Amino acid sequence: MTRYAMVIDTKTCIGCGDCVVACKTENKVPEGLNRDWVVEATNGTYPNLTTEFRSERCNHCSNPTCVTLCPTGASHLWNDTNIVLVDADKCTGCKACIAACPYDARLVMHPEGYIDKCTFCHHRVEKGLDPACVSSCPTKCMYFGSLDDPNSEVSQLLKTRNYKVLSPETGNEPNVYYLV
Amino acid sequence: MRRREFIKVSSLLSATAATAPTFLLGGCAAKPLPGTGNVTATPTICDMCFWKCAGHVYKEDGELWKITGNDDDLHSGGRLCTRGTGGPGAYLDPDRLKTPLLRVSVDGRQTFQPVSWDQALRFIASKMQVIADTHGPERMLMLNHGAGSSHFRHLLRAYGSNCHAEPAFAQCRGPRDVGFRLTFGESASSPERTDMENSRCIVLLGSHIGENLHNGQVQTLAEALNKGVTLITVDPRFSVPAGKSKYWLPIKPGTDMALLLSWMNVLIEEGLCDTDYLEHYAIGFEQVAEHVRNYTPEWVYLETGIKPDVIRETAREMAKAAPATVVHPGRHAVWYGDDTQRSRAIAMLNALLGSWNRKGGFYIPEKIDLPSYPLPDYPEPKYRVSDAYPGKWPFAGQGVTNGVIDASVGEDAFFKGWLVYGTNLPQTIPAVEEQLKAAVDSLDLVVVVETMPSEMTGYADVILPECTYLERYDDIRNSGERSPSLALRMPAFEPKYDSKPGWWIAKRLGHRLGLDDYFPWEDYSEKLDWQLKQVGSSLDEMQKIGVKNFPRKTPMYFREGERVRFRTPSRKIELYSQQLADKGFDPMPVYTPPDPVPKGYYRLNYGRMPAHTFGKTTNNPLLFELSPENQLWVNPLVASEWGIRSGDYVRLGSPKGVVSNKIRVRVTERIGPDSVFMAHGFGHKSKRLRLTAGVGADDASLMSNIKIDPIMGGTGMRANFVTFVKERPAGAAT
Repeated sequence: MTRYAMVIDTKTCIGCGDCVVACKTENKVPEGLNRDWVVEATNGTYPNLTTEFRSERCNHCSNPTCVTLCPTGASHLWNDTNIVLVDADKCTGCKACIAACPYDARLVMHPEGYIDKCTFCHHRVEKGLDPACVSSCPTKCMYFGSLDDPNSEVSQLLKTRNYKVLSPETGNEPNVYYLV
Repeated sequence: MRRREFIKVSSLLSATAATAPTFLLGGCAAKPLPGTGNVTATPTICDMCFWKCAGHVYKEDGELWKITGNDDDLHSGGRLCTRGTGGPGAYLDPDRLKTPLLRVSVDGRQTFQPVSWDQALRFIASKMQVIADTHGPERMLMLNHGAGSSHFRHLLRAYGSNCHAEPAFAQCRGPRDVGFRLTFGESASSPERTDMENSRCIVLLGSHIGENLHNGQVQTLAEALNKGVTLITVDPRFSVPAGKSKYWLPIKPGTDMALLLSWMNVLIEEGLCDTDYLEHYAIGFEQVAEHVRNYTPEWVYLETGIKPDVIRETAREMAKAAPATVVHPGRHAVWYGDDTQRSRAIAMLNALLGSWNRKGGFYIPEKIDLPSYPLPDYPEPKYRVSDAYPGKWPFAGQGVTNGVIDASVGEDAFFKGWLVYGTNLPQTIPAVEEQLKAAVDSLDLVVVVETMPSEMTGYADVILPECTYLERYDDIRNSGERSPSLALRMPAFEPKYDSKPGWWIAKRLGHRLGLDDYFPWEDYSEKLDWQLKQVGSSLDEMQKIGVKNFPRKTPMYFREGERVRFRTPSRKIELYSQQLADKGFDPMPVYTPPDPVPKGYYRLNYGRMPAHTFGKTTNNPLLFELSPENQLWVNPLVASEWGIRSGDYVRLGSPKGVVSNKIRVRVTERIGPDSVFMAHGFGHKSKRLRLTAGVGADDASLMSNIKIDPIMGGTGMRANFVTFVKERPAGAAT
């Protein structure tokens, strides 16, 4: 099984939202919906402050509760990787996966009602390209690659930099990492 | 008091967007994967801002899919910014101007009537002919912004007028470019010639790179951060770069000049200047040393609130990294009316550090010597634009918008007709509305060329709908860069509706004015092809590659010990400016304290947000969805005093009684208690901009205290104050 990861450097992320728009156009996401989003977190009081920007999305967890809990098998792993996809034909829109996702990363596609989410742009990954958000980012703060390869950029970054993941306590083992 | 803010930007915003018309990017059925259809790519140059990044327009099965950066492009490094990526929204916007419109009276009421291009151009040509015959062609003025301006500049030059002005000068970069030119004989250019990717120390003064998405600037700053640059950010607000900085100096607004002079004081007192560089290249060092002697860190601390040891430490950081230090020239520089002088101080500081045209400081841009298409000479105009405001602003060097607007008011006004291209004057020039109304009442002709029904179109006699950048050819991009390069904008689509390319409009209008000799091409591509063939390329080649890079012919920096003749009167870097002294201005920058904040008021701080280029993009459906409104940043202490919370809507009032549109409050520690902040470009009044009309507040309309720069005419906008207006007063705007 190939384990893909996204590594995002909060030290250079400026919260510009290019990743959000790039995802939207690349994946033709309907109006009103987004598969990724930007969070700003400020700590402290003026003038002793820190601000962190984070581009967030599905974490393509190694232990994906959404896949486990999907009653129809619509949520599944793509080609023996950790990339979680939803098969729209099998999805009944029951929203069990929305309840199961600790990251609120799933959205209901109106009006059909099936569930949609970030795909890590697997249609690009299989051509050897980075996901659209990664390849558009003007500060190049986003990295994508395989953690199975110890020499990949993502593996090296996680070896040499401090990082965190979101909600590690869930045990989902998320695969989006934030350099801090 | 809340110590932690947590804002999920896009989920918070999508609720608003859900009310927008649904036309974007197809339906919701399980679709085939993107890119599995018939995909084509067409080169373009982005027109979402003035940075002019090159990219490709992708179509899938004939439908617009996405726009991405061209990997060979130095402006974009192959990556477009948020707005560039949102470019499809400009093409798809259903509110675009669709047909020429003519102002007519119906039952005593004025309205716009759709007319044919033939009717519209006939009307304009006959009015222009009367202006030329009665008053002379120089009385026709162009007000413009953007790459497509060149077609209409050409038209007016052929007609006999070289009078033009753009807000990019007197409302933006003007003081910076004049200040640098007075000092170095050259401007800081666009794209800025900062060599940030090689810098070891970068100083930003009020420049919030990252909130403005000037693409190459953002990319090189990020690259510098990755290499461990020492970033020093001077800003009263905890801006995005402030959050990335080793030193954030939360300066008291309006006191930057004192800090700059104090930094010079430290460099000179501690012997940290690049004396070799200064001996070779500069004049006036002794005068500067004498001039800054009294601006000690201790004295300046009282003005700026920046502690003396921080002033010294940051000055030493700059010197340690020099010449790989950039004291950034900024871009929007019209702040307090002494802006040319502040820009001079920035230039002088760079000179003391020896960073001008040195690696890691500034580089020498190079462009291609691209021949112009052979055409008849333009007629020699009898008047220049500065004749419209004689004796004013001696160093302007180009048209001053506020000056030419004043010179368009009244029966005996200098100007009789306007051609406005791509600039929305009511939102661009502070508190201009009354004067704008008076001007258009006086003028014999007002033509507005636009893609969108901006507020400015409401002032027009005739509105000409230009197609968007995805539907037209414009001139070859040939901006100075790290290496010379050319880039092509070409149509990816036929013009939608009855819109037309700028070149077509100019040619057809030229025909009606008897100027056919100046427009010998049937299609603009013929002109571009001729030009490209002169430099070893061709339209055919450029249609395939989009961007062509050429090797540099000259060094990118001064060589060691190189003799240089600067383009100043003394042929040296002018630390002391005899030019300024001769015209009665201070030869070296002097600090003037800012106006104090009236009781109960707050400084109106304004700036940019990454999703938008002023008000030009706020109706773009893709970008509207990301950032539909501006927010008013309010310090928690102020919020508690006024009893307002995040998410509340408030109105702001100016000392002159102007009341703003309502704006959503964002309570944040990122701003101090003496100021409020909003992004510029919102509060549109044009109801034809159906998404953005009435959304957010307009900072420009709240400005009543405009500080005109006597050197170049810029409109300083930072000396304005606002207070909260809790109830909507009778007669206020929505």
